[in-house]
Amino acid sequence: MHHNILEIKQLKTYFFTRSGVVKAVDSVNFGIRRGESLCLVGESGCGKTATALSILRLIDSPPGKIIDGEIRYHDEDLLRCSGKRLRQIRGHGIAMIFQDPQSSLNPVFTVGDQIAEQIRMHLKLKRRPTMERTLHLMEQVGIPRARERMKDYPHQFSGGMRQRIMIAAALSCGPEILIADEPTTALDTTIKEQILDIFRDLKQQREMSILFITHDLGTVAGIADRIVVMYGGRIAEVGTVYDIFDQPKHPYTHGLIDCLPDISARSDRLTSIPGMIPSLIDPPDGCIFSPRCPRSMMVCRQKRPKEVIVSKEHLVACHLYS
Amino acid sequence: MNRRLVEVENLKKYYPVTAGLLSRHVADVRAVDGVSFNIMEKETLGLVGESGCGKSSLGRAILRLEEPTAGRVLYKGNDITTWGRRQLKELRKEAQMIFQDPQSSLDPKMTIGDSIGEVLLIHGIGTEQERLEKVTELLQRVGLEPEHTMRYPHELSGGQKQRVGIARALVVNPKLVVADEPVSALDVSVQAQILNLIMDLQHEFGLAYLFITHDLAVIGHVSDRIAVMYLGQIIELANRKQLFSHPLHPYTEALLSAVSVPDPHQKRKRTSLPGEVPSPVEPPPGCRFHTRCPKVMEICRQESPVLRPRTGGRLVSCHLYG
Repeated sequence: MHHNILEIKQLKTYFFTRSGVVKAVDSVNFGIRRGESLCLVGESGCGKTATALSILRLIDSPPGKIIDGEIRYHDEDLLRCSGKRLRQIRGHGIAMIFQDPQSSLNPVFTVGDQIAEQIRMHLKLKRRPTMERTLHLMEQVGIPRARERMKDYPHQFSGGMRQRIMIAAALSCGPEILIADEPTTALDTTIKEQILDIFRDLKQQREMSILFITHDLGTVAGIADRIVVMYGGRIAEVGTVYDIFDQPKHPYTHGLIDCLPDISARSDRLTSIPGMIPSLIDPPDGCIFSPRCPRSMMVCRQKRPKEVIVSKEHLVACHLYS
Repeated sequence: MNRRLVEVENLKKYYPVTAGLLSRHVADVRAVDGVSFNIMEKETLGLVGESGCGKSSLGRAILRLEEPTAGRVLYKGNDITTWGRRQLKELRKEAQMIFQDPQSSLDPKMTIGDSIGEVLLIHGIGTEQERLEKVTELLQRVGLEPEHTMRYPHELSGGQKQRVGIARALVVNPKLVVADEPVSALDVSVQAQILNLIMDLQHEFGLAYLFITHDLAVIGHVSDRIAVMYLGQIIELANRKQLFSHPLHPYTEALLSAVSVPDPHQKRKRTSLPGEVPSPVEPPPGCRFHTRCPKVMEICRQESPVLRPRTGGRLVSCHLYG
């Protein structure tokens, strides 16, 4: 039996907007194991970022609110622990990096200061060892001439370098889990590959668990051990990277894989999923994918599908399998 | 045999860098620095490169949405770089553009019908009734409903807005369409729909596309020929098959190997490129790619290579090939 170091149970995160209640995360369950990289995949508005932010209770409130659920980290429920305890866990136990390093770094402090701040806050080290650790981290993520560049400001770095700095800051207190929300989406192809290499190394050297959030299936294939596919605030399918790519069960996963252009062959038409991403205000009864699903049945419009185990590690929420 | 529709000769687009109170001209950003190529009738020429390589500036300079600094652009044999306002208006009937972000290219205060009809109005085509008919017909052709003529941009999804952007470009029956990252802002399931539409319309309307993107999988899917840009210059131009099966330039090779393929079994031989793209203000001497090239030689640091023909009608600019 695999041991989950983080377990998300029945998570519901809603946003209360003027036009109605957006059910961004609607009863989501999954676990993260020690030393694995788990990819949360889905298109915009599927609730992947809201799920990640809920884990660290970073949802802006109002309008957002975690309505229900449990987030078990070791023996604690993060949704119910004190603010003080939560601050200890953020950074120290679970760290997060965001898509756009530009807006997550403070423009008026040097990058060295910003990495050091975390170390001072969480580890309470003295000045000298803090600086040593900062330098070491910057070298580890591949920033050339780290000793000089510690004194530079964020605008003096390129996008790829800024993302490296964010990774260094996230790693500063040796977290067990790293949540990375679209960390390579804003980067160019050749730079993206460099950053993914850092993640691969981290997983190997530190046995860290990575929750990697992305919409890019190409990236997923190269980095994931297991995959959670989300659609419309719900989980469509969970499985190992081979389960998902070799034997996708959910019609949405199928569609997602099929509609990617194939680089090695020009076909006349791409397979596409008809329709568009549903509004999460008043979602349809039953399966939320049913209006777009090529294999939709009567029952799909009436009953929300339960998660069914199709093989050892492979779960799917679809009436075709129940 | 298709004829040449556009001939670009040694095109340059520099943006001045100014400094001080009097905005002294201190340097130039050499966004496009001596580029020559042709676009044939009814073909798709893909233009690929990383951010800042000058691909968008090039696309805009060809339509004279930006004034070229030097060089010539021939449209059907006529040099349009010398054309005045009246002639340019005629050109706009022949050559149109599809933008990346349909949100910011549509007027939020105009209905969809007016936005598209405006193009006809400006060119004095048809009566009001005829214009409305034409707009409705075209909206249906791009996969929207006639009642969308009365809607405003904010009522549409991203994919629908891009359909409007396409309709707006096609309403004057152009021969050339410059599409600048037309699917980059869209989700994958919608991206496939729009790519299919773009390719279908090409056959129907007999269009030539200059298709600009950073996404190699997309460009491989739509293009007949592909030009690869690096730091303001075209470094390789070949037909799709040649380029993907047998890239000649080391940069093309690295770009291709950095494409993340959605297949977990494929353990790729990755040519990870070190470093980052140098500044286009002071491009490196010699070959512009030599600072990152894995196959760099002595000559590359001193002499800039020229785009030369190779077998099979392909072009490459690299000292490896003499």
